[in-house]
Amino acid sequence: MTPLSSQAKPLDAGWDIEQKEVLNALGRRQGVDTGFSLLALSAVIFSLFVLVVLLADVLIDGVPVLSWNFLTSFPSRKAETAGIVSALVGTIWVMVLVALVTFPIGVGAGIFLEEFVPDSWLARAIEINISNLAGVPSIIYGLLGLQVFVRILFPITQGRTVLAGALTLALLVLPIVIIATREALRAIPGSLRQAGFALGATRWQVIRSHIFPLALPGILTGVILALSRAIGETAPLITIGALTYIPFLPELSLRGLQSPFTVLPIQIFNWVSRPQADFHALAAGAIIVLMVILLLMNATAIYLRNRFQK
Amino acid sequence: MVLNKKMLRVGYSSALVAMMASLAACGGGSQTATPDAGTTETAAGSELSGTVLVDGSSTVFPISEAMAEEFGTANPGVAVTVGVSGTGGGFKKFCAGETDITGASRPISQEEIDLCAEAGIEYIELPIALDGLTVVVNPENDFAECLTVDELLTIWEPDAQDKIKNWNQVRADFPDAPLGLYGPGTDSGTYDFFMDAIGADGESRGDYTASEDDNVIVQGVSGDTNGLGFFGLAYFTENQDRLKAVAIDSGNGTCVEPSAETVADGTYVPLARPEFIYVKQSVAEDPAIAAFVNFYISPDNAGLVDEVGYVKLPEEINEKVITRFENKTVGSVFEGGSPIGVKLEEVL
Repeated sequence: MTPLSSQAKPLDAGWDIEQKEVLNALGRRQGVDTGFSLLALSAVIFSLFVLVVLLADVLIDGVPVLSWNFLTSFPSRKAETAGIVSALVGTIWVMVLVALVTFPIGVGAGIFLEEFVPDSWLARAIEINISNLAGVPSIIYGLLGLQVFVRILFPITQGRTVLAGALTLALLVLPIVIIATREALRAIPGSLRQAGFALGATRWQVIRSHIFPLALPGILTGVILALSRAIGETAPLITIGALTYIPFLPELSLRGLQSPFTVLPIQIFNWVSRPQADFHALAAGAIIVLMVILLLMNATAIYLRNRFQK
Repeated sequence: MVLNKKMLRVGYSSALVAMMASLAACGGGSQTATPDAGTTETAAGSELSGTVLVDGSSTVFPISEAMAEEFGTANPGVAVTVGVSGTGGGFKKFCAGETDITGASRPISQEEIDLCAEAGIEYIELPIALDGLTVVVNPENDFAECLTVDELLTIWEPDAQDKIKNWNQVRADFPDAPLGLYGPGTDSGTYDFFMDAIGADGESRGDYTASEDDNVIVQGVSGDTNGLGFFGLAYFTENQDRLKAVAIDSGNGTCVEPSAETVADGTYVPLARPEFIYVKQSVAEDPAIAAFVNFYISPDNAGLVDEVGYVKLPEEINEKVITRFENKTVGSVFEGGSPIGVKLEEVL
């Protein structure tokens, strides 16, 4: 029954095989193929379905509370007048600071490790450690931030402030930025570097004028993904002592860095755990705002990427 | 390289612009709060300035937030911030001298008293509201109208684990139906208090559905016809259409329904409990902090306590609390023990 594999026959001896059998086998193979793609499709549909249900639920609850007042009022015990201004401004402050801190440090570290360090056991050890750091639970970074930024660096951060929170989140996302930077750099063909060196350019010149601009879209994507993680973090900020009710905004100056703060995820968490259903609607509204910020950030990243890809 | 410099500049400056724009936009709306409830101290307090750092229990948070909101309206110069670290976490910060006032859903424990003493932090203990822990069942449950404290102990004690799994094991004439248990997690002050109050010595069985979010317990019991759970009175009041409260018989044969009245008049025992704030003695004379505490305990503002779902203190007790703050009496009347069976009126 298995003439194909049994032994070699002269080709012109003809195939000792029924056409029907071939078609059957083919049908089976294609059946498995279709089956697998259906399985994969159902996985996609299932995850999209869950997402749609979640979004619909949040939108139904949250859209009615969205208003200018909601964005510009402080939290209140009365659901009708409560707003998210302190949390929204806190989130923006923290995210801008995180971006300012992580971009130079993370990208710099990534470039150094990828372009300047020769491949050695030390480099590999550092690489493994950074990958591991990317998987450390965020609460651990909160504890680290509490000790280092809130307590030890008190003269600089003034304790539980915007600055301490931003630095803690920056630590949390640095490994992601470093890994993304290295991967973006690795994707640039080595021939480009060699061409630069062949022309007498220094390593710095090659990186500055060729490698880095080419890798930039990939790096930016990594940075934005990292920020998207930071914006949703609650645990490390609660650990370092972000507040929940603040009746004022950080001032728009360096002293604002040393101001107490709260962020959207904390406000959402607080409202969700209230007994009154009105506050649950407010939480849904705040979730929508948080999602819009996230989408705006991602849109900016895509825009910048497309611009620099030219 | 020009491109790359430009990009950095664009990136940084656009981020800064975005931040400033949103801050500026939001700044305009910061004066929107409206004065409407007990703002008696307006005239005297409007000159005050300073900061008041409040932290502590998540149970007390809604009250502190409401007080901070109204006090801030009357005294725009004073910045009152409120954090949520839990009762235990709040005491840790308080005894480290990092906060001025900490909220607590139970009295300060012996370890915390020692911690504060070590750091030289003296405190004024002020009960500010009452809460009644409410035992709830599914509305379709028509047999569990009233449970005795002993029956609650039978259900929740550590020995009940893997043994008491059916309603008819709680009381013989209950139907043969599986018992579904829901409750707060072991970290919460509510859990500690409940287990102490029913005589389980702060320990319970482990095989129940635990959640730090009381709304999850509401969901659980309202979806399980044989479910039973417990939490603060406000969570029952807000969900009366989905839950049924069980009256509690403390052992004398009378069943008492949980309600604002029975909690206030002291008949809802043993599950009624006081909520506290602890004020750091060294700052109690600070004009801004003193004004805030006086505002907090003033009978004129007790309406705020009701509004956020708690029960205000009866007048006699409230007066004693005010006197206690006037005299700046330090220390805890519970001396590290539990508040169960303690009559506030007598000890204050």
